Amino acid sequence: MKINLNINGEKKTFLIENNEYLLDVLRRNNYKSVRRGCDNTSCGVCTVLFDGKPVPSCSLLAVRCKDHEITTVEGIEKEAEKLAKHFGDLGADQCGYCNPSMALTVYALKQENKNASLEEIKEYLVGNLCRCTGYISQHEAIKRYLGDES
Amino acid sequence: MKVVNNKTHSIDGLGIMKGRKAFTDDFSENDSLIIKVLRSPHAYAKIKTIKDEKALALEGIEMVLTHKDFKRISFTRAGQGYPEPSPHDKFVLDEYVRYVGDEVLAVVGKSEDICNKALGLIEVEYEVLDPVLDFEKAIDNKVVIHPEKEAKEMFPIGFEPLRNIAASYKMEVGDVEKSLKECDYVIRETFYTQAQAHVMLEPHTVNARMDYQNRILIYSSTQTPFHIRRIISQGLEIPLSKIRVIKPRVGGGFGGKQAIHGEMLVAYVTNKTGKPSKLTYTRKEVFESSYTRHPMRLEIALGALKSGKLKAIDCKVLSDTGAYGEHALTVFMVTGSKVLPLYNKVDSVRFGGDVVYTNHTPAGAFRGYGAIQGNFALESAVDILCKEMKIDPIKFRQMNMMKEKETSPIFEIMGEGTTGTAMIMETCKLEECVEKGLELIDWKNKYPKKIMDNKIRSVGMALAMQGSGIPYIDMGAATIKLNDDGFYNLMVGATEIGQGSDTVLTQIAAEELMTSVDKVVIYSSDTDLTPFDVGAYASSTTYVSGNAVFKAAKKLKNSMIEEAARIFETKIEDIDFDGCKFKCISKNEELSLVDFSNQITYSHEQKQLQETASYVGHKSPPPFMAGFVEIEIDKDTYEIEILNYVSVVDCGTTINPMLAKGQVDGAIVQGLGMAMFEDVIYSAKGKLISSDMLNYKIPTRLDIKNLTTVFVDSYEESGPFGAKSVGEIGIDTPPAALANAVYNALGVRIKDLPITPEKIYEELRKKS
Amino acid sequence: MKMEINNYFAPKKVEEAYELFIDNEANRFIAGGAWMKLSTKKVNDLISLDRLRLDYIKEENAFFEIGAMTSLRAIETNQQIKSYYSGILNQAVSKIMGVSVRNLATIGGSVMGKFAFSDLLGVLLVLDARLHFYKLGEISIQEFLAMKRPPRDLLVKIRIPKVSGKGYFKKVSKTHLDFSVINLAIFKGENIKIAVGSRPLAAEIASKASNFLSSQSSITDEIIENACDLVIEELKLSSNLRGSKEYRELLVRTYLKRGLGQVMNDEN
Repeated sequence: MKINLNINGEKKTFLIENNEYLLDVLRRNNYKSVRRGCDNTSCGVCTVLFDGKPVPSCSLLAVRCKDHEITTVEGIEKEAEKLAKHFGDLGADQCGYCNPSMALTVYALKQENKNASLEEIKEYLVGNLCRCTGYISQHEAIKRYLGDES
Repeated sequence: MKVVNNKTHSIDGLGIMKGRKAFTDDFSENDSLIIKVLRSPHAYAKIKTIKDEKALALEGIEMVLTHKDFKRISFTRAGQGYPEPSPHDKFVLDEYVRYVGDEVLAVVGKSEDICNKALGLIEVEYEVLDPVLDFEKAIDNKVVIHPEKEAKEMFPIGFEPLRNIAASYKMEVGDVEKSLKECDYVIRETFYTQAQAHVMLEPHTVNARMDYQNRILIYSSTQTPFHIRRIISQGLEIPLSKIRVIKPRVGGGFGGKQAIHGEMLVAYVTNKTGKPSKLTYTRKEVFESSYTRHPMRLEIALGALKSGKLKAIDCKVLSDTGAYGEHALTVFMVTGSKVLPLYNKVDSVRFGGDVVYTNHTPAGAFRGYGAIQGNFALESAVDILCKEMKIDPIKFRQMNMMKEKETSPIFEIMGEGTTGTAMIMETCKLEECVEKGLELIDWKNKYPKKIMDNKIRSVGMALAMQGSGIPYIDMGAATIKLNDDGFYNLMVGATEIGQGSDTVLTQIAAEELMTSVDKVVIYSSDTDLTPFDVGAYASSTTYVSGNAVFKAAKKLKNSMIEEAARIFETKIEDIDFDGCKFKCISKNEELSLVDFSNQITYSHEQKQLQETASYVGHKSPPPFMAGFVEIEIDKDTYEIEILNYVSVVDCGTTINPMLAKGQVDGAIVQGLGMAMFEDVIYSAKGKLISSDMLNYKIPTRLDIKNLTTVFVDSYEESGPFGAKSVGEIGIDTPPAALANAVYNALGVRIKDLPITPEKIYEELRKKS
Repeated sequence: MKMEINNYFAPKKVEEAYELFIDNEANRFIAGGAWMKLSTKKVNDLISLDRLRLDYIKEENAFFEIGAMTSLRAIETNQQIKSYYSGILNQAVSKIMGVSVRNLATIGGSVMGKFAFSDLLGVLLVLDARLHFYKLGEISIQEFLAMKRPPRDLLVKIRIPKVSGKGYFKKVSKTHLDFSVINLAIFKGENIKIAVGSRPLAAEIASKASNFLSSQSSITDEIIENACDLVIEELKLSSNLRGSKEYRELLVRTYLKRGLGQVMNDEN
């Protein structure tokens, strides 16, 4: 079936199967920043924003996304740059596989609660696993990003 | 130092955060044939018949590959230097399947759906055999896992496949039995460690296409692109020159990608069909069908005198390498060689044992590489001994541990698969690491425990060491060229897998060339375009590859100065180069690097200035650390909370202090995962039950309250700008530190990992 | 991992959704669908509930009404609900997976899923939640959980009585993202209700202990011990990968004591 999706503010028409998940449809259509980690919602790597809210794209049927706004990291470029700066300052980036999904989740957090405490940051992001960094430097970087009004 | 030991941003963080194509599957061709593997449902079986007609008849299926399609060439999947110290016991596809998840056959088709459909239509008849599922019963078991005549060792490693032994080793310094008899205190304990899974967030993936020179061009998420190229060449009998392997960004490896996985099938399919193909592991396949850490049984005996001197260490190990022997001997040896020298002043020390085959998921390389298992056993045993002797465990360690300028006979005896290399510890700041750690965790006010309302708080600690590359075996090389406009290209084989090697190596080059990192553009891990490097393992990148980069940069600098001297028509000694310009001292004339480079590229006596240098270590200077954990245990339920983990590390110069801290932090959390949470569970028939991330749990953001990681001042002369390695050292201490803290809190000693509240409860029940 | 779906519908009316559904035994509803592919291979008609406008939270005089398609995250962050029951409904929901899953998963899907490890069911039990099905009408969550097979019906909304009282919820798990080893919910309104879930079986009210405690005029340590004995006796605890029977017993006793201590404490 043909479906109209709104991705990063652009209207796009894709050919999809009714059983396809958003993750595969996006990657097939060159949104390579959305990636697969665990395929069962336990890692957070495939997170995209659905009407501004983080959701696991590996488990969201693409057909569900009709008439909704999907945001990938390409749609929040300036915010991603900001977060990258803070990550860079603290050496919080290692393999980077989880980074685009983190940028989207952290951006969503900023809209919901930009004064989030360290504990609230951890809770909001607990579903975004990272096996490389040990988390500590990421939390500090995110705190700085939330307070970054530049 | 201007660039090194400096908080430089990683050179790639921005691009990756912004979502640029970077990882292997991002580069797969849109029309790739998909390869899907049928995996064995049995732990041990012989394939009798395969009925694939219905599958082949499906529209969109290109081929079905079985063992009949491949020449019977044995190889090892381990990504190691050739000839490998791992047995050649694997075929691309075989008539026998040796663990639940082993490859039975592969289907190749236009899409994943079609391939999955085809898999469902194939009928395989198995002769199910009795498996060996208990590694303690593997030796001389009537069931033999590798009876095939083609399985072989490349050089003597104690390979006795008919006894289910993949490798064995033993060594002794002095006479341990005699020493133990002379001791005032002797303890004997047995420890067990589990088959931890890497859980790197990017599943294994590889894709290939034929390029316009009709060569196979492979993108692979691998730690060892050069080894992959060689193994494919040998396994499929394709000339090495026809294969190119490129490693893009890797989403985590930790040793789990230090071997060949899907590359063999992908190379075969693309070469045969001429079409692009790809193979991506599902998360289940990553758990079941890639690798795990070697689970081990470690029997330790320690003997000491009343004076507090540790006199003898005896360490006997049984290691389970699973169905295939990748990394069997080498992990096993590191369990001794990178742990036992911590207490170098013993009169005698003995290490030995066997690595056995079982019908489990194969074990392979995993950060720490044997040292974490050995550390858990030894550092737990030391605390047990101290309790027996009624001596303070800190004082005991301070009395007996390795100090700077000392050595251990083990260095000369034990290498990685072969004999080792004698070395003096030119840098060993363990004393300072311990002092600083005690202070940071406030040990004297917290040891052994503090009782609160519902909780008990306690502390525990452990020492650790690792290595920096494998001397006389690991080689890295670098090429640097000068471009017009005065910037450099740095080409290295060294493998960036997220540990920051691209950034660190750029910093080393920039420091030596006296320029800034933005003027050095790095390109890594392309078997055609970058010089050789063994890959990212054995903590070799900073030390080995870094030294190669340093040498290459020095060479290029000298060549540039030579050329400048020729331009100024003077002697080399008359030229002063500050990174930005050449000054002819006698004539008081200057030439900027930019003008110099443009001149030699376009105008006059044009030439390309480019230098290559290689480095092989002649020693492996160990990084050292002291790890301290503070925990809070619930008095009634024994649930454990990690309040703080203090790591004080001596890794020589930290080329990039922030990235070095990240390495230690990340490794500590992986170590805590192994110590507390990561449980590997098999069914009675040998099927891995903990085979997805809903059931295999790694630490989350809320599970560890705080990490405090600091580095002590240390400068290792033989390392680039004084650096040693830092990639693995962080993972070793958490299991022992935690076991010791739990003991300090409750008087309960847990000797098998992971340490769980339930195990503590069971121990306490047994006691009462 | 994918399901095989013959047809997909997204009706806008509840009646239509129901009619489509009952037409064939192999037809299924999809709410959030976060875990549907983990247990479902083939579906004839997949009927999505996302256009029925069942995602809402209403506060009425006597109850909260939550549409079946309300996301777990919406419930978690609802301040009105949080001010009731000592916030245990919000608390229980907040411990389910991560924020992204909770944005997708719905209360209807979580209830219909009847997951043994569910942290939500125990709280709904002690709060006397009422489920409203399209055809079946209103039943208690207890009746629903006791059914051997779930009704082939459309869950439309859930009502939770607004009662003042004190609540306690505890989830014990290995890591913060793991399923429970055990979960425990207590609510003291007019009476005391205790539910234990992930036993490993799904949550059940410990009615003997609940009735026993409700009939006491004051609660002593000995009474609490007796209540613990009654819970262990009545609710079957056993072993699975996440915990042994004995360890679960220890957890139930410990947290029941602490929880009762907390809800019985008259001071806030």
